[in-house]
Amino acid sequence: MSGSHTVVEHGAQEPFLQHHFHDLGQQAEASKIGMWLFLVTEILLFGGLFVGYGIMRMLHSQAFHEGHLHLDRSLGALNTVVLLVSSFTMAMAVHSARTGNRQRLILFLAATLAFAGVFLGVKYVEYSHKFHDGLLPGRFYRHAGDSVPGVAVFFSFYFVMTGLHGLHVLAGMVAISWLLRRAVRGDFSATYYAPVDLTGLYWHLVDMIWIYLFPLLYLIS
Amino acid sequence: MTAASYLTEQRGLRSWLFTLDHKRIGVMYLWSTLLAFFLGGVLAMLIRLELLTPTRTLMDADTYNKVFTLHGAVMIFLFIIPSIPAALGNFVLPLLLGARDVAFPRLNLASYYLYVLGALMALASMITGGIDTGWTFYTPYSTSTGGAVNLVTLAVFVLGFSSIFTGVNFIATTHKLRAPGMSWFRMPLFVWGMYATAIIQILATPVLGITVLLLFMERVFGVGIFDPKLGGDPVLFQHFFWFYSHPAVYIMILPGMAIISEVIPVFSRRPIFGYRAIAFSSVAIAGVSFLVWGHHMFVSGQSVLASALFSFLTFLVAIPSAVKVFNWVATMYKGSIWLQAPMIYAIMFLLLFAIGGLTGLFLGSLATDVHLHDTYFVVAHFHYVMMGGVFIAFLAGLHYWWPKMFGRMYSERWSRIAAALVFVGFNTTFLAQFVMGSRGMPRRYYNYLPEFQPLHVVSTVGSWILALGLVITAGYLLASLRKRPDAPPNPWGGMTLEWQTSSPPPTHNFETVPVVDRGPYDFPPLEAEEELAGRRA
Repeated sequence: MSGSHTVVEHGAQEPFLQHHFHDLGQQAEASKIGMWLFLVTEILLFGGLFVGYGIMRMLHSQAFHEGHLHLDRSLGALNTVVLLVSSFTMAMAVHSARTGNRQRLILFLAATLAFAGVFLGVKYVEYSHKFHDGLLPGRFYRHAGDSVPGVAVFFSFYFVMTGLHGLHVLAGMVAISWLLRRAVRGDFSATYYAPVDLTGLYWHLVDMIWIYLFPLLYLIS
Repeated sequence: MTAASYLTEQRGLRSWLFTLDHKRIGVMYLWSTLLAFFLGGVLAMLIRLELLTPTRTLMDADTYNKVFTLHGAVMIFLFIIPSIPAALGNFVLPLLLGARDVAFPRLNLASYYLYVLGALMALASMITGGIDTGWTFYTPYSTSTGGAVNLVTLAVFVLGFSSIFTGVNFIATTHKLRAPGMSWFRMPLFVWGMYATAIIQILATPVLGITVLLLFMERVFGVGIFDPKLGGDPVLFQHFFWFYSHPAVYIMILPGMAIISEVIPVFSRRPIFGYRAIAFSSVAIAGVSFLVWGHHMFVSGQSVLASALFSFLTFLVAIPSAVKVFNWVATMYKGSIWLQAPMIYAIMFLLLFAIGGLTGLFLGSLATDVHLHDTYFVVAHFHYVMMGGVFIAFLAGLHYWWPKMFGRMYSERWSRIAAALVFVGFNTTFLAQFVMGSRGMPRRYYNYLPEFQPLHVVSTVGSWILALGLVITAGYLLASLRKRPDAPPNPWGGMTLEWQTSSPPPTHNFETVPVVDRGPYDFPPLEAEEELAGRRA
């Protein structure tokens, strides 16, 4: 999303103190407030989707149950693990930046990026299966043999929710790649690592949203 | 006057397009939103002209539907929401806090360009077929009608981000960039109002974002959330839409109230009455604003219990609003009132906002709303709050800070003539609509029963008077820019920090970092006041 991007960019492009701040500490605190506010807007953005999902699931509970049987639980679980581990490596990256360890920072950022790539790869495999089976959103739904109507609505939500989440993963990868470039260049130090910190916050949110999406979509009983 | 102000230090188009200076971004926002207001105003005049006669006057019914939709969308999304925070607020908020800039200057510029992008998309929709859904985009009509609905919903999505960026900036700035000594209760009330506005921008706008995104998806993929044909619920769209759009009304009015809180003490030469009450009432309005969205849906098939609760919660809004109005009036009581243009508009605001606010109670109570719903009574109420409230407050703020922004004084005589015309024109236009609405004239109708014509004619003639007043306003304000700079640093004797720097301010706002050791409305002792009185005479 453009939003996440700009917030991260802002801190990231400016290795030195900006003219309107007294010191780096004040600058970092301000940018942290900004990031948290941005995360609030992200939660509300997805919050709208969750509410919509809840109401549609109430209206079409059987169809949602039938729809979720088409999803591959083991792939979903695998992706959950992948993202959780990536959150760990991201936290380690922030820790490495704070302690001024450039080698480990680069290592952990690269690992986070790799796990994000694995996540999207698995998602690609899942999407391909759905496309092949005609399990497409809304009016493009082509799957035959459903016992109840409304399975199309389930797949609408599946694609809108995981699609929007996937875009956030992609945006996170762009941000992390950029951190990586700057880390290699040696921009970060124990006194200046706000961009790593902020991207970390963002990445944990992306992870957290998936932790809600996984049971909502894959584990309907 | 210092030699180099923010207007003259750098020159050339590039220095404006890539500026990170909050003052320049504010000025760019000002001209852009005024342009949008002009466009929305022309559309309004066309609507009023069409309604001069009960049948076709100058356009066909389809065009009429597109014109009133675009009037609403342009005025709401391109003018009222950004005008006070992003134009005036951007300019004065850091000055009021004694800061050099907002916390995230680049985000600020990004906000402006997203605004421009959203505006261009909205305008492109005019050329590519227009939209006829009304500015509320209600489903299922909006999912089945043709035209440029997709483009407009995406435009609203983009404009939402622009608004969020401004909100994020203002909150971070208020928290981290206050001058030494500027405690929370020494902040000017304008800052409190902006802070409350920013909270709503951040909490409500994302929900609008996902709503219009889902509407877009519904049209493109048929996702089935709002469309009953596909198993969706069209009333859910109304819930989603008003969850943003009712708080959005407070995104519009709180900044207006914030301006009034600055103007009234300065032009009454008295400390504001009930500083904390006004400050907290802004935050209270922001809080309650999230709990009242259902009052737009009393006749949409929501449960009676929900309607009753929403009705009760709606009445709660009246409390903090009235707290403000009574405090402003109490500030003026026994004050030494100086009737310059900003104060004239502030008093006008009090009158018109009182009418707008009180008629809101008619609509908030269940039984009367069934009678008044979707009539011109709603149109009149809304315009009394939005135009009589927000826009008049915007004019108060524009006249108040114009000397600071551009370093020029405008013609006081012409401003009075214009204000009189605006007042008469506005009331002629919209009082007639209250009467029409209570007699059953529905809103958005193209043809109407002949018995309503006299009132429609009154309303249309009123719109001409109003337009004349605004044209004169544009005339004397623009004329002032052609003069040599003549504004003193503090033409009104204000005590807030923006008046301590030159007019217009230097790029870095203050030569030295100001240190605050008193409240924003602690006016000087009597001798200094008498000196000012001498200048006033």
